[in-house]
Amino acid sequence: MAQIVIKNLKKQFGDFTAVRESSFTIEDGEFFMLLGPSGCGKTTTLRMIAGLELPTSGEIYLDGEEISQRPPSERDIAFVFQMFALYPHMNVYKNISYPLVSQGMPRAAVRDKVNEVAKILGIEDILKRPVGGLSGGDRQRVALGRAIVREPKAFMMDEPLGALDAEFREHMAEELRALHDRMGATTVYVTHDQLEAMQMGDKIVVMNNAVVEQFGTPQEIYDKPATMFVADFIGSPSMNFLPFHGKVDDGATNVAMQNADFIIPRTREPFEGDLAFGVRPEHIKISDAAPFRAEILATEYLGTTQIVTLQTAAGSVKARISAQKQARAGDTVGLEFNPATVTLFDRQSGRALRSELNEGVLHG
Amino acid sequence: MSSFSITEPSNRTKWFAGTLVIAYALITMMPLVWIGLTGFKSPADAISYPPKYIIGSDSEAGFQPTLEGYVNLFTTRTRQTEEFLANNPPENWADEIVRQYDMVIVGPSKFGERFLNSVIIGFGSTFLSVFLGTLAAYAFSRFKIPLADDLLFFILSTRMMPPIAVAIPIFLMYRNLGLSDTHLGMILLYTAVNISLAVWLLKGFIDEIPREYEEAALIDGYTRFQAFYKVVLPQAATGIASTAIFCLIFAWNEYAFAVLLTTANAQTAPPFIPTIIGIGGLDWPAIAAGVTIFVLPVMIFTILLRKHLLRGITFGAVRK
Repeated sequence: MAQIVIKNLKKQFGDFTAVRESSFTIEDGEFFMLLGPSGCGKTTTLRMIAGLELPTSGEIYLDGEEISQRPPSERDIAFVFQMFALYPHMNVYKNISYPLVSQGMPRAAVRDKVNEVAKILGIEDILKRPVGGLSGGDRQRVALGRAIVREPKAFMMDEPLGALDAEFREHMAEELRALHDRMGATTVYVTHDQLEAMQMGDKIVVMNNAVVEQFGTPQEIYDKPATMFVADFIGSPSMNFLPFHGKVDDGATNVAMQNADFIIPRTREPFEGDLAFGVRPEHIKISDAAPFRAEILATEYLGTTQIVTLQTAAGSVKARISAQKQARAGDTVGLEFNPATVTLFDRQSGRALRSELNEGVLHG
Repeated sequence: MSSFSITEPSNRTKWFAGTLVIAYALITMMPLVWIGLTGFKSPADAISYPPKYIIGSDSEAGFQPTLEGYVNLFTTRTRQTEEFLANNPPENWADEIVRQYDMVIVGPSKFGERFLNSVIIGFGSTFLSVFLGTLAAYAFSRFKIPLADDLLFFILSTRMMPPIAVAIPIFLMYRNLGLSDTHLGMILLYTAVNISLAVWLLKGFIDEIPREYEEAALIDGYTRFQAFYKVVLPQAATGIASTAIFCLIFAWNEYAFAVLLTTANAQTAPPFIPTIIGIGGLDWPAIAAGVTIFVLPVMIFTILLRKHLLRGITFGAVRK
C-alpha cells in the first residue's frame, strides 16, 4: 500500500514529447484514473511508474522512495495489460504463480497463495486449464490474479476492460472496483472512456497532448473544468461553448453576451478578449418567457430525458431536458442558464477564468 | 445432399487436386526410390538395360536383392590368392558376400568417418546459426540499434551472390589461417552462409511475439535475460525449429565448398560418396547405398519437425 508522487515527469522519444513535465499525487489506497484521448501520454505515464519506460527527467516517489530509474522488478508494482499478456505456454495456475516463483517462495506457500487468490476471483475450477481457450472475462480474472497474488505496493492497469465485450465490461468494472475496495490497494488505471473514469475513479487526471489538463475528483472535473478540453472531453453530450468577444472585471457577477446579460459566478480575475461561455446541457432550461431566444433544430429522445439542439444568436447549443417537455423542431423558444454552473473560458489558451465556482480546483 | 458450397470444394475439385498431388509426389520421389533400389542391386543389375526394378522377381525386369552395395560401402577389401581363400573360411555373412569376387574384408571404409564429419559439421553449424541468429534477431526486434536497417540489409546482402563466388578468397584465407580441412573451419563457413537466413527468418517470428509477454515477466520480477529465455524462447520454438531445418538442409547437402576445402580430416559425405570405386569402375550400388544412408537423417529431422516447417513456409501469410 503506498502513496505515489509524480514530480515534473517528462518523457521524450527522439523529437517526440510523449509526456511534458507532469506532476500529481496518488494517495494511498486511491483508485486513480489517467484519462485522455489516445496518444495523450497516459499510457506512457503509467509505464514510467511501473518501470517499463524510463523517464527523460523528473521523479517518481513510491512511499517516499525515488524509484524512477529502477528496473521494474525492484519496484514492487503489478501491471495488468490491455491484452492481458497471459503467458500462452502455461496454464492458469502457472500464470498466477509465476511472480511468486520468481521470488523463490516455497512450493507449498505458492499453492496456498494461488488458491486463495483463485477463490477471491472465483476461478478455482479453471486453474488447470491452458489460458488459450479461456473467455475474455476469465482471462481478465487470471491477469488480475497474477497481479494481486504478490500483494504489490500498487497496481497499474492499462485499459484492462478495453478488450472485453460492451455488456461484459460493466460487470467487470463493478467487479474490479469491488476488488479494489476489498484490498484497499493503490490503483492507477488508464482509460480513454470518460464514463469508465467517472464511474470507477476516486480521482481523475485528464491528459491531452502530453500535458496534464486537470486533476481532481470526478465531481470537480465535471462541474469545474479547468480547460475547454476537459469540459469538452467529459460528459455526453459535452459542455456547450458560446463564443463571444467581451470583457469581465475582477469580482463581476454578470457578463454581457450578444446584447443579453447573464449572471455568472463571481469572477476572481479581470479579462478582456475572446471568451467562451461554457454551460452543461443539463443546466439549460427552456422557458418561453426568457429573453435569450433560440430556434429548435432537432430533438433526440432518450427515454427519461431528451437532447434538444438549438440555434442561438451566439451559436448552437444542446440542452438536456425532461422527456415530458414539449419540444418541436422549428419552434422558437427562450433559454435560461443555471447561473451557478457557468464557466468562462479564455478561447485563446483554452483555460477557465478563475471564479467563485472553480476556486481551489485549478492548479498551476 | 449435393448442394453448392463456397467453402467446401466439390468432389470433382478434390479428386483433381488429389490426382495432381499424387502425380507430383510420384515424379519427385522417383529418383529417391531409384536410389533406394539400386543400393540393393548387384553391380551388374545396377547398370543393366532395360532397367530392373522388381525386387525378387525372375522376370526380365526383376533382380535379386543383395547387401553387396552396403558391404562395399562400409568396408575395404583386397583380392586374395585361391590358396588363402581355401584355407580361411568366411568369418561372417559380409565376408561371404565379397568372397564371390575372390576378395576378403580387411577393414572398415572411410564412409563412417565421413558421415560422422557430416553430422558434426551439419548439426554444429546449424546449432551455431540458430543460436547466434536468435540472439541477433531478438536484439533487432526489441532494442533500438543505431543503423539497424542498414545492418539488416548488410546481413542479407551476404546472400545476394552464390556463396561459391567467393570460393577463391575463402580458400586462400582458410589456408593462411589453418582452417582448411578442419571441422571448425567448415562449421564457421556454413554458419556464415546460414546466419543471414536465420536472422531474417527469426526476426519475423520474434516480431510477431507481443512485447507484453516480456514486460509482464519483467513486472513479475524477472530480469531481461530471464524474460527472454523463459517467455520469448518457448514462444519462438516454431520459428527456431523451421529455421534449424533450413540451415541443416543447406549445411548437410553443401558440396562445392566441401570439395574445395576438405580432403581427409574434415571431409563430409557429399564429396566422398561419388569417389567410391569398385571393380572396373564406379561401384553404383555402394554409391546408392551411401546416398540412401546420407539422406535419412535430414529426412527424419524434417519429418519430426514438419509441422513447424509448414508453419515456417506459410508464416506471416495469415493474420490471427
